[in-house]
Amino acid sequence: MLLGPSLALSAILFSLGVAGVLLRRNAIVLFMCIELMLNAVNLTFVALSRLYGAGGYVMVFFVMTVAAAEAAVGLAIILAIFRHEQSVDLENINLLRG
Amino acid sequence: MTEVVFYVFATIAVVSAALCILQRSAVSAALWLVTTMFSLAGIYVLLGAQFIAAVQVLVYAGAVMVLFLFVIMLLNIGHSTPDLRGSSMVGATVVVVGLLVVELATLWRYTPRRLAAEITGTPLANPAALFAAGQAAQQETAARGVVGGVAAPLFQQYLVPFEATSVLLLSAIVGAVVLAKRKV
Amino acid sequence: MPVHLVWLTVAFPLLGFLVNGALAFARPNARRAVSVAGVGSLVASFVVSLGIFLTVRSAHIVEPEIVKLWAWLPVDRFHIDIAFQVDPLAAVMLLVVTGVGSLIHLFSVGYMQEDAGYARYFAYLNLFIVFMLVLVLGSSLPVLFIGWEGVGLCSYLLIGFWFSDTANASAGKKAFLMNRIGDFGVLIAMFQLWTTLGTLEFVGIAREAPRLLQPGGTAVTLITLFLFLGCTGKSAQIPLYTWLPDAMAGPTPVSALIHAATMVTAGVYLVARTNVLFAMAPATSTLIAGVGALTALFAASIGLRQYDIKKVLAYSTVSQLGYMFVGVGTGVFVSGLFHLVTHAFFKALLFLGAGSVIHAMHHAYHASHSHDDAQDMRNMGGLRSYLPKTWVLMWIATLAIAGVPPFSGFFSKDEILTAAFVRGADNPWYYLFYAMGLAAAFATAFYMARLMVMTFHGENRSGAAAREHLHEPGAIMTGPLIVLGVLSALGGILNVPAALGGHHALAGWLRPVFAPSAGYLQVEELRGSTEYLLIAAAVLAGVAGLVLGYRATLNSRLLPAREALPDTGFARVLANKYYVDEAYDRVIVRPVVGFSRSVLWRFFDQGLVDGLLVNGSARLFRGVGWLGSQLQTGQVGFYVLFFAVGAVWILHVLLG
Repeated sequence: MLLGPSLALSAILFSLGVAGVLLRRNAIVLFMCIELMLNAVNLTFVALSRLYGAGGYVMVFFVMTVAAAEAAVGLAIILAIFRHEQSVDLENINLLRG
Repeated sequence: MTEVVFYVFATIAVVSAALCILQRSAVSAALWLVTTMFSLAGIYVLLGAQFIAAVQVLVYAGAVMVLFLFVIMLLNIGHSTPDLRGSSMVGATVVVVGLLVVELATLWRYTPRRLAAEITGTPLANPAALFAAGQAAQQETAARGVVGGVAAPLFQQYLVPFEATSVLLLSAIVGAVVLAKRKV
Repeated sequence: MPVHLVWLTVAFPLLGFLVNGALAFARPNARRAVSVAGVGSLVASFVVSLGIFLTVRSAHIVEPEIVKLWAWLPVDRFHIDIAFQVDPLAAVMLLVVTGVGSLIHLFSVGYMQEDAGYARYFAYLNLFIVFMLVLVLGSSLPVLFIGWEGVGLCSYLLIGFWFSDTANASAGKKAFLMNRIGDFGVLIAMFQLWTTLGTLEFVGIAREAPRLLQPGGTAVTLITLFLFLGCTGKSAQIPLYTWLPDAMAGPTPVSALIHAATMVTAGVYLVARTNVLFAMAPATSTLIAGVGALTALFAASIGLRQYDIKKVLAYSTVSQLGYMFVGVGTGVFVSGLFHLVTHAFFKALLFLGAGSVIHAMHHAYHASHSHDDAQDMRNMGGLRSYLPKTWVLMWIATLAIAGVPPFSGFFSKDEILTAAFVRGADNPWYYLFYAMGLAAAFATAFYMARLMVMTFHGENRSGAAAREHLHEPGAIMTGPLIVLGVLSALGGILNVPAALGGHHALAGWLRPVFAPSAGYLQVEELRGSTEYLLIAAAVLAGVAGLVLGYRATLNSRLLPAREALPDTGFARVLANKYYVDEAYDRVIVRPVVGFSRSVLWRFFDQGLVDGLLVNGSARLFRGVGWLGSQLQTGQVGFYVLFFAVGAVWILHVLLG
């Protein structure tokens, strides 16, 4: 059935995504790590929909849609930031600093 | 046989994901991410979700990652610049992610039987009875084909959320265009 | 008139106050309307008072009639009603307050005619009458205290009536602050009465005090001492008397009404009202008599060397109030009240006469563009020929205050002195008080004769230009003077002693009021010859004072104030009022101000409150905020890290 191993793989991929977000400063790589986390979650949905029915597949579609939308808008934001800062290094983007 | 293929794909996925987050170059990172997504598509096939696997390759590995690569090249930041954070952040990351893995790795041993036992609280629960919906879905797939098995709930039960995503995508398009334009 | 309509006496002046107050804002120059509302309301109140008095008299009301208006403070067992008490004492006070008040209101119409604050003046005056009536009618100490505080407020407002002059405004503040010290005493006494007797009604006090308090005990002595502290403030006794001479900054009719005839006698009234307590506390009574005697002598001696005509009368008032306290302190409450009534007549007459003189002087100086002091007696002299009516009436009042028979003051003052002498049999201190009272009587006659001579006799010193403009004021001002003159001359009839063929009418009238205290005071009988001897001594002191004062002043060389030489020697000490104000300033005011400035202001207010609490808390929160803001690095990684830590923790809770 591969339920346990699938979930474990999903967990490892998700953790790697978190690690990437924490470690990298490049905004685009950050985005890719977020995509990685979304993929890990998708794997969970697919694995569990063998038990709970086709709702999991539908949810995967929604996640993909959101991911696509997020990628489009997020990359547009990065473009705008790059135009302004000439960099996508997050160290340089700290408008929220108290 | 299935398990062996699963573990091969799993290993590829984990290794390429690790390389993705460790590669200096954004272009290599993107390419390693594509590798991860391809192997995930393989795992989807193994899990009986062939249609999802196809969409994964088309949308993710195809469209989304091409968009990434396109932006990387447009901004001309493909060549390597050191962008790892400081050592204290690396240490914190190792600790936090380590804990996360420890917490989640307990999922490794789960089988449908054990899951059913935990959910119902009795060790002798029948997973077939508890997860009847999954059985029904598999029978539906067997009867109508892979696409039909997904399409039926998508266009019947989840029709309204599905239509809502079209609005989401539309607004994302408008947003991306507005943000990316030089002068509004 | 039914007794329950007694509230009308208060309602009329209140209406007058409201109308005049509204006019003061809307039509300050509508003098005719103000006069009608101001005087009319008082006259109406007087008519009602007269009706009440006649009812009390014909119905032989002995037990106080309580007229409850509404419940004021119904708090558990502590239940205070706004209620008026009608009994013989209240009836007498009603007549005095509204009667003298009406005359003074009428006089004010002439005196204040040209003042810009005419409407405001009558509004204050009416309000004063409202509170004074609440004071004398209140059936319990808290209601009396409303009036007590209210008359203090009106006194403050009227002393500082011409507030654009700083001296007047600060005189008002001084009066208010001095009174606050006394009010504190009344409050403490009320608290003590509540805890010991459980009632603040006068009827209740008269009923409970003999049951629950031990005569001469600590509790009753403390209560009466604190009550008396209130009396020293309101009735200007040592040590709180210094505000009254300064209160002469107000318009002269105000001095006559508030600072001579009515408000300042509130202390005497309070002692009479709570007579049972004072009768039970002989130590306090002795102290009261002592303070009264000392004040009488002390103030009279200051009056000997004052030049401002109103200041002389102010010290005279303080001195006469001292007499009243000798009376109530000796236990002869009737005599104290009798003197209160006669004093209200002759002192109001003196003040209004002085007002008439000042009015004439002021007009004369105004017409001749002179800037001399219209109140300084050194600028007067020989006014007899210019103000003949005032001269005659002032002499009547002078004879009355000096205690010359058969004028009213003779009877009341003689009664007090006699009683003090009699009391000396069992408490020798009272012999001393008697002697001081006799000396004060001499001094009183002396300074009054000096006042009369300096004002009305001898050469005129007001200057040739001003002299042509001196004339007697109109009938609206002399009319009330004549009425008061008749009262001053004949007021003694109220209580003619048996030794002179009378039958103590006032004493009989007030007997029910003082019945509760009668058991604690043994009445000594006096052999006839001694009584006549005492009367002779008192009359002799008065007449001697008058004659000596008249001759000494007439023979002295008087110069107008501008040319006068400063006093020397003891006269200078007297002219400077024994430097009491200066001493109070050194000993009390400056240390208090210094303490307030350095400790309360600089340390507590600026240091602790402003610095530590206000700015300190602001600084604390800024510091905490700064600490919090350090978490906001602006680095996305940090936010994600915290997010991840939170996620791990939630997972741990869910799975663990």
